[in-house]
Amino acid sequence: MSERDMEMESDHETGDSAPGESDEHDGASVAIQVRNYLVGLGLATVLTAASFWAAGTGLIYGPGIPVALIALAVAQMGIHLVFFLHITTGPDNSNNVLALAFGVLIVGLVLIGTIWIMNHLDHNLMPMGEMMRMQR
Amino acid sequence: MSPLHPVEMGQISPIFGKLNWDSIPFDEPLPLVSSAVVAIAILSILGWVWKKGLFPYLWKEWITSVDHKRIGVMYCVLAAVMLLRGFSDALLMRSQQAIAYMNPGYLPPDHYDQIFSAHGTIMIFFVAMTFMIGLMNFALPLQLGVRDVAFPTLNSVSFWLTASGALLLNISLVVGEFAKTGWVVYPPLSELRFSPGVGVDYYLWAIQISGVGTLLSGVNLVTTILKMRAPGMGYTRMPMFCWTSLAANLLIVAAFPILTATLAMLTLDRYLGFHFFTNEAGGNQMMFVNLIWAWGHPEVYILILPAFGIFSEVVSTFSGKPLFGYRSMIAATMVICILSFMVWLHHFFTMGAGADVNGFFGITTMIIAVPTGVKVFNWLFTMYGGRIRFTSMMLWSLGFMVTFVIGGMTGVLLAVPPADFVLHNSLFLVAHFHNVVIGGVLFGAFAGLTYWWPKAFGFTLDERWGKRAFWFWIVGFYVAFMPLYVLGLMGMTRRLGHYDVAAWHPWLIAAAVGAVLIAIGIACQIVMIYVSIRDRERLADTSGDPWDGRTLEWITTSPPPPFNFAVLPNVQGEEAYWDIKSRALEKKQLSDRPEYEHFEMPHNSPTGIVTAFFATVMGFALIWHIWWMVILGFLGAWATFVVFAWRDEAEYEVPAEEARRRDAERRRAKAILLGLPEDSVA
Amino acid sequence: MSAQAAARHGGHGHGGGDPNHLGHGDTPISEQGPASKRIVVAYGFWIFLLSDFIMFSGFFAAYAVLVGETAGGPGGRDLFELPLVAGETALLLLSSFACGMAGIAMHARSIKWFQVAMAATALLGAGFLALELYEFLHLIGEGAGPGRSAFLSAFFALVGCHGVHVALGLAWLTTMMAQVWTKGFREDIDRRIACFMLFWHALDIIWVALFTVVYLLGAGAAT
Repeated sequence: MSERDMEMESDHETGDSAPGESDEHDGASVAIQVRNYLVGLGLATVLTAASFWAAGTGLIYGPGIPVALIALAVAQMGIHLVFFLHITTGPDNSNNVLALAFGVLIVGLVLIGTIWIMNHLDHNLMPMGEMMRMQR
Repeated sequence: MSPLHPVEMGQISPIFGKLNWDSIPFDEPLPLVSSAVVAIAILSILGWVWKKGLFPYLWKEWITSVDHKRIGVMYCVLAAVMLLRGFSDALLMRSQQAIAYMNPGYLPPDHYDQIFSAHGTIMIFFVAMTFMIGLMNFALPLQLGVRDVAFPTLNSVSFWLTASGALLLNISLVVGEFAKTGWVVYPPLSELRFSPGVGVDYYLWAIQISGVGTLLSGVNLVTTILKMRAPGMGYTRMPMFCWTSLAANLLIVAAFPILTATLAMLTLDRYLGFHFFTNEAGGNQMMFVNLIWAWGHPEVYILILPAFGIFSEVVSTFSGKPLFGYRSMIAATMVICILSFMVWLHHFFTMGAGADVNGFFGITTMIIAVPTGVKVFNWLFTMYGGRIRFTSMMLWSLGFMVTFVIGGMTGVLLAVPPADFVLHNSLFLVAHFHNVVIGGVLFGAFAGLTYWWPKAFGFTLDERWGKRAFWFWIVGFYVAFMPLYVLGLMGMTRRLGHYDVAAWHPWLIAAAVGAVLIAIGIACQIVMIYVSIRDRERLADTSGDPWDGRTLEWITTSPPPPFNFAVLPNVQGEEAYWDIKSRALEKKQLSDRPEYEHFEMPHNSPTGIVTAFFATVMGFALIWHIWWMVILGFLGAWATFVVFAWRDEAEYEVPAEEARRRDAERRRAKAILLGLPEDSVA
Repeated sequence: MSAQAAARHGGHGHGGGDPNHLGHGDTPISEQGPASKRIVVAYGFWIFLLSDFIMFSGFFAAYAVLVGETAGGPGGRDLFELPLVAGETALLLLSSFACGMAGIAMHARSIKWFQVAMAATALLGAGFLALELYEFLHLIGEGAGPGRSAFLSAFFALVGCHGVHVALGLAWLTTMMAQVWTKGFREDIDRRIACFMLFWHALDIIWVALFTVVYLLGAGAAT
């Protein structure tokens, strides 16, 4: 056993794992690992295809399309996180997930905050904004 | 098209870019003379270093050092130097405003505008932040009971990138000009059309380069706190300073990327004709204001949270009591950390948003006062019933508590949107943020410097001069800034070069007197450092624990060995060192001698300074549009990293014998300190 | 065994012995002392990646604000070609997959398969970049460059920022291939490869957000 494997073994015992590291690679055969990636790839492909299809189709109720697209995107990001980045809900991953949650929270605050604020930008200046639009 | 600066008219040489002899402001004697003086001073120091043969020592022990303690000290030196630069700007502004009633004063507007922009930029990025990052760098690994930060070489890179930013900013004094737009460079004024010179470009690249350094240092310290703690030090056993630093560094990691993105957008506008914030083609200036404050508000908590941590350590140590309400303090810190990302609109209530938006952000702003109040009460209760030693650090802490509460309350006033419509951009605002930044961050930095100085150098700072400095600072502060509140209520706006309202004049003269008092305070601090170095024998700290401390940095020697701890301490409670000390006193002997093992420490590396050299070259070239040099700088920085990655020997081994020897010294000192028999050291 | 690992096994410190029973199993992770270098490095890089996501959120926010500001110029529906975007997406997804294969090869200690998989990753990534470059040049050629309107500024900055990341990733990737070529697998090189994989997968995640928000929502019915 190499020093690295020993280190990983001991990390495994302590119940901590690095981001991007799958739980089973010390035990699992190459075939199983490749299979997991293939599953991820398959799911991601299906979701991508669904997104492109949903964007172009007339089958879905028009205003529902953005919602569907965003839902598909979020699902696909989840697939990437689980199958490619090996982020799981296990206790050994709690630190990594917490950090991710903090990042997602800030991303959400920045996006929602900015869009909300900027949409209210000329709330008190409406007539002027209206005027400029008419002049255009 | 609007009329452009002559240099903009296309006289861009392929070799020198926009740079030519006109770039040096021969017509403005003030910056030229002062920078000549500074240059001569620097050259004579370098010459002295060279003559004394100290250069190899400096290179080996400091410049290429990856030791977090050395890097922390260098951060603080950089911050102190930049404080002098930023404070001279302040003196210039105060004297100008004291004079410039019904006359133009002695500073032309063109120069005055650069001064107030540079003052803000320097004080926030290169004084307040630099001090705080320096102190965190120095103290965190010691308090956590580990041997270094998570990424020692990256730490050195971070420091030198910060220094590059500072250097670029100072170059603007002589070559070219600095921004005339205020320290947050609002467009459209900062767009190429209205600021065709290189001033804004200096700002952009200085802040981007040092911002990368800050971001990396945030990543480094977050990782250090979350993944590198002594055995037994769970999250709820970390010293308060570690907690507030964790919050501050999480904010760095979360907020600085927004600054990077925002400034990148402005850069694209200025360099490649994009239309993010321009007047034409659909650009939106208010989006810049929105984005920069999405960084800017967390930024003020990046500054103040570590200071809160320092005060917590100081108050608890000098009251001889554990920190009151440790867990509520942690909760308050983390609540502030999250809330600070939900208030940024209060910087631009007046932009025209509706009542919903203004109301929401006004209320969240007021809510932040709650956890802050929790902290103030915790400090008060820590002191209550304690045996307080009124050292200069304790004076800074008490001064902070009074001053910061006043500043906080004026902040709550400003958080009321209708009141803000009256006070926005007035001197009331200027008084408010100086009240919290000086009374909070700077006092915290001074308390921290005095507190950890003996740990860094092995002798304490002279208390008499320290107390004199405190009294001049605090009196000077009130004399300088209370008049600004009055002036703000009288309707004086910020950044005025001259004015013709008779009623303002006496208040501005008072403010100038206050600035002079602060200058005397700074002089006292310089004397304090001189006297302390002169009397270092008298002030020597042989025990490693001069203040009867409670946290792990005081368990090791002063100064600590490069590896901090021969054996990582074993933490068993909230106050790791206090517990160990109490146990030793109880049992009348030191803990058993541990088994020493060899361990590895990182090699020194010139990666930091070489990267920073290329970053400076690249920044300068970008500012002056010298494209070949940009490419050269980029390739140089990349090559440096590749060379660094190629090395085979990253660490050296510290033998068990060396660990044993250094630990024996430490144990002897502790035995003397605790009055234990020598044989207990065995 | 390194000294750090020894530290985690308890049995040292000033208390002497093992007063807290710092053996394995019953001690919470947070009290086991410094984590191993592998975890520290990957975690640090993970934090950096989160900060990168936040930087992108700034560009996304700017795009969302400016998406309607076409200044009389072309909008997303006039410009975006979904087949091209589908091609880019496929290339990047496959590249991400190949990168995962390289990771498996590294764990299996197969230099040959590692280099093959990395080369595939690089080629697919370069293909993505080429398509994006083609799109940009095409748009600029049509007079729809970043200087045309605020919408196009935001578009070029957002997509370009991702492109710059991919380009830097390619430079990093080739450096890693060269390192493995000259030095083989080594602990520090393994750690860097692990970080690179995180980086490359993260770029794919950002691309998912990008093609959805910019291209699909922009070209589709929604505005």
